[in-house]
Amino acid sequence: MQTYNNLQGVAVVVGLFAVTLFTRCFFLLPKRELPIPPWLSQGLRYAPLGALVAVVVPEVVMTQGRLSPSLLDARIVAAAVGAAWYFWRRGILGTIVSGMGTLWLLRFGLGW
Amino acid sequence: MHRPCPDNAGMATRSGYWGTQDFYEGAREMGTVAPGIAAWGLVTGIAMVKSGMSVPLACFMSLLVFSGSAQLAALPLMAAGAPLWLILATAFCVNLRFVIFSAAWRPYFGHVGLLKRLRYGFFTADLNYVMFMRRYPEPRPQPGQQAYFWGGVGLNWLSWQVPSLLGIALGEGIPEHWALSFAGTLALLGLTCSLLTGTGTVVAAAVAGCAAVAAYALPLKLNILVAIAAAVAAGLLIDHASTKPPQPAPDAT
Repeated sequence: MQTYNNLQGVAVVVGLFAVTLFTRCFFLLPKRELPIPPWLSQGLRYAPLGALVAVVVPEVVMTQGRLSPSLLDARIVAAAVGAAWYFWRRGILGTIVSGMGTLWLLRFGLGW
Repeated sequence: MHRPCPDNAGMATRSGYWGTQDFYEGAREMGTVAPGIAAWGLVTGIAMVKSGMSVPLACFMSLLVFSGSAQLAALPLMAAGAPLWLILATAFCVNLRFVIFSAAWRPYFGHVGLLKRLRYGFFTADLNYVMFMRRYPEPRPQPGQQAYFWGGVGLNWLSWQVPSLLGIALGEGIPEHWALSFAGTLALLGLTCSLLTGTGTVVAAAVAGCAAVAAYALPLKLNILVAIAAAVAAGLLIDHASTKPPQPAPDAT
């Protein structure tokens, strides 16, 4: 960060804080009740799922902005193992451990 | 219909939530994803110092901004000396999903005072939102909700901030090829699986996944918004299709 001195850096951080607080509180800010149509509040139930999938899927199947050419990619296999673990044991902790174990085994053990 | 009940369990102070069953439950559920959060916090901390930020400024950023995605988006821009407005506009776009989430928070916490609402807003990270909505799908205030919220938020904050500060201290000490950030992805994957409860959610997830990949080339992670819209639309369609059509009225004649 050669171009920002410390004081300017602090200003950027305070700005980022304000922007984040503003977005996180956006619909909580008005005092009056907001009319949210029923179909929308029903549809919002799917928003968390959409956000999660939007982060997870590209992280797993894409490499540098492109779809991985093969299904035998360490991350794809590791994610498959993690998901399989979840549906077998219903535990997120096990998903993380089995997935990372698979990833490291493939990367460091088999050199994928 | 439902009287907005002012959380009879512990309206008085936040410390009143401490140690209650719901508080513990919130922390326990967040505990299942904590290793993923921690790995991500660590990676974010490392990224901050690697981008050339001083250690005190990086600590300040971690504690004050408390938003991994906005921080990561801002780093390359700060390093390149981009103008302040561009950095803030970028962070705003990356954080747009929180605007959608805040609409969903409103029925639960809209009735408390402004300062309290700001506090709720500041501490709600993505995973708090997902966990909370999974536990309280019905959008109305209920006893125990606030305790559950603060239990999850407290543990999330700790499991993010401690590794983040550790990462700032370690700097380049952790090799990149360990792929620690993938632990965060796996935590989200497990959480995603836990939300797949029926046809509607499975279809919504499939559509959103395709949308996220198809829209990946969009700047500022706007593909996340596209995927959220796709999930909501697909879910509503399935809900609509699976509700039985009203029986035709018996012919009176």
